[in-house]
Amino acid sequence: MTETTSKTKTSGLIQPTRRGALKTLAMGAGAAATMPLWARYTSAQSAEPIRIGFGKHATGIGAAYGRWYERTSVAAIEKINGEGGINGRPVELVTEDDGTDPRRAAEVLEKFANQSSCDVAFGTLFSHVVVGAAPRAGELKLPYFVCSEGHHVASGMLNRWTMQPGITDVKSQISAMAPFITDVLGKKVTMIYPDYAFGYDHRDNLAPAIEAAGGEIVGSIAIPPTETSFTKYFPQIPRDTEVIYHVMIGPAVLTFVKEMGEFFGPSRPEIFGFIDSLEATDLTSPGLEFLDGTYFWEGMPRYLQDDAPDYVTAYRDAVGLDANGASVSDPSDVSTSAHMFSCWETLHVIKAGMEAAGYQSTEDRQALIEAVEAMTLMEAGPAHPGGTKMFNGKTHQVFGPQYISKVEGGKLVVQKTVDYEETMYPDEVDYTSMSF
Amino acid sequence: MTRRDLTSHLGLIAGLFALHFILPAYHHGVFARVMVLAVYAIGYNIAFGYTGLLSLGHAMFFGAGMYGVGIASYHFAIPALPAWIIGLGCGALLALVVGLLALRTEGVSFMIVTLMFAQAAYLVILYFSEYTRGDDGLVIPGDMRAIGSWDLSDEGTRYLLAWALFSIALMLSLWLVRHPFGRVLVALRENEERARLLGYDTGGRKLAALVISGTISAAAGGAYATMFGYVGASFAGVQYSIFALLWVLLGGAGTVLGPFVGVLFMTYLNDVASGVTEAYMLIAGVVLVLLTLFAPQGIVGEIRRRFWKDLP
Repeated sequence: MTETTSKTKTSGLIQPTRRGALKTLAMGAGAAATMPLWARYTSAQSAEPIRIGFGKHATGIGAAYGRWYERTSVAAIEKINGEGGINGRPVELVTEDDGTDPRRAAEVLEKFANQSSCDVAFGTLFSHVVVGAAPRAGELKLPYFVCSEGHHVASGMLNRWTMQPGITDVKSQISAMAPFITDVLGKKVTMIYPDYAFGYDHRDNLAPAIEAAGGEIVGSIAIPPTETSFTKYFPQIPRDTEVIYHVMIGPAVLTFVKEMGEFFGPSRPEIFGFIDSLEATDLTSPGLEFLDGTYFWEGMPRYLQDDAPDYVTAYRDAVGLDANGASVSDPSDVSTSAHMFSCWETLHVIKAGMEAAGYQSTEDRQALIEAVEAMTLMEAGPAHPGGTKMFNGKTHQVFGPQYISKVEGGKLVVQKTVDYEETMYPDEVDYTSMSF
Repeated sequence: MTRRDLTSHLGLIAGLFALHFILPAYHHGVFARVMVLAVYAIGYNIAFGYTGLLSLGHAMFFGAGMYGVGIASYHFAIPALPAWIIGLGCGALLALVVGLLALRTEGVSFMIVTLMFAQAAYLVILYFSEYTRGDDGLVIPGDMRAIGSWDLSDEGTRYLLAWALFSIALMLSLWLVRHPFGRVLVALRENEERARLLGYDTGGRKLAALVISGTISAAAGGAYATMFGYVGASFAGVQYSIFALLWVLLGGAGTVLGPFVGVLFMTYLNDVASGVTEAYMLIAGVVLVLLTLFAPQGIVGEIRRRFWKDLP
């Protein structure tokens, strides 16, 4: 035994040396310095992090959304961890690229459930990816919180393990827009939509909504998704059209707007679109001048509005958005503001659900689903910067405010906010009656 | 068929059966999916690898099987097994019709014509969205995913059924390529003119090969639908035609084991690389370039060239 050992044993007692005592003190001081970080988690039965699997559209057609969905999710996780995590446990985001592909998305869910030990999965946007992956979530009994805005959840085609508590669906969005279109813009509407599922959601829901609001659809023009030039479609617009309703998306949308501007010139009808067309696109891009004075639906305003409450500014700061809805570090990197807030809100719903269920382990997944199903009103605030919402536990779908904005000087200015009460429709399913 | 042929292929089948009992949950699921997709690749290999028909439209056959099952189950509540047989019939019929038209061309023209047929099939799926639900696709109802008391959504049942389907497809493929009919297909691939001079009905053989290939691809598509519960237009898109080509080229075109090896290799390459970096497609791309440079005949093809000359 030498003098360099930190402790010596004499007569069965531990005799601390000076160096050993200093080491212990130093370790104690270090631990005390970090106490605010770990002390928050000490009440948890397990210090293991809660792992949330995030299926990111990092590649494929959803990549622009995926990038911003991840940034928003990371910011929300930082906030939640800063406030003590969930049930005293830190939260960890486990990100996997699903390639915006249904097959890969199903594999990713398997990875979350069986390999990464994730407690829940969340974050999928594109509807075909959700529909392709949801059956696996049901088989794996993995809570799957989607941020998709498709009507597939509320329509009843999925299962009890799939929920959409952070973003409203297309059906409620359209029904909220129709009265504004017919009351303010005009009664005779021609719709131009992409000839596939996203467009069909609009086609199928707009006509009854417009008719219920006292208007009529005078033209309906489906454009194939592979189309790159649109001039041949514009002559199909009936002459008596008062409002053009467009939901074109994809890389050709800039061409679509430019060619529509060239076709109409200064004497255009009123134009109403869904911002999905121009998410992640700078409204001051060349060719988009034609959109000045037209209207858009937004799930949450892209541009910082004059009357924005503190919790909205806090959310934007946390995500890293400037006043124009672009990245603070790169003004040309425009966000997907109208959708990505759903990641923030969904993560807060997961937190609230886990706390209500007393969630401790994957054994409590069913209790988590039941806890979320029991949720109703979600007040606007730091957890719900998109506005006050109402969750319907039977249909697993949230209803919330819809924003109607006008392009003024290359910026979107909110003209009207439709409250969630005006966006609700009768239940089409009762998931709570289904077995787990 | 030699004893060595049988031993090597039955060995793979036995190995996959043994894996059912030892694989961890995640890899168990991956292997089930790989086996179903390998059946698709086996189907493609018969057309491309053995007969030399470079098709860029095989996803339409996979999609025909998938939608045959999907529409039968979803709209007509037809149970899994009869629905799968309907899917098989859809694939065979489509392959026959496409073959009768497309085989009037050859080489690059055949490739383009099959690509166009596949694109037309894809757009038909989108067009009839009332029945197909467009690119969102269909979720097969749970009660339609059972064969008797076997619940296909159960992990173990699914693995064993995928294994059974793969085993049948693999042995069928082995039998076919060792059969005189299969040797004629290879002759067509190597020198069609000479085969014709020898008196073979080359057009009929190519059509038969395409129908067999399309039917096996449809078997995989139908099985995928009923086993994994989802039917989607993306599976009928050009990407899935290219996947089949890629899997077969990587594994070894014109080898019986190549399609399985190709699917397995690509699946795990993407899976492992995505865990290392977000730029995993770059890693996959570099590995593919290296494989093309140093093993141009694919993994199993290279094994055959170097070590095992009579590997089927």
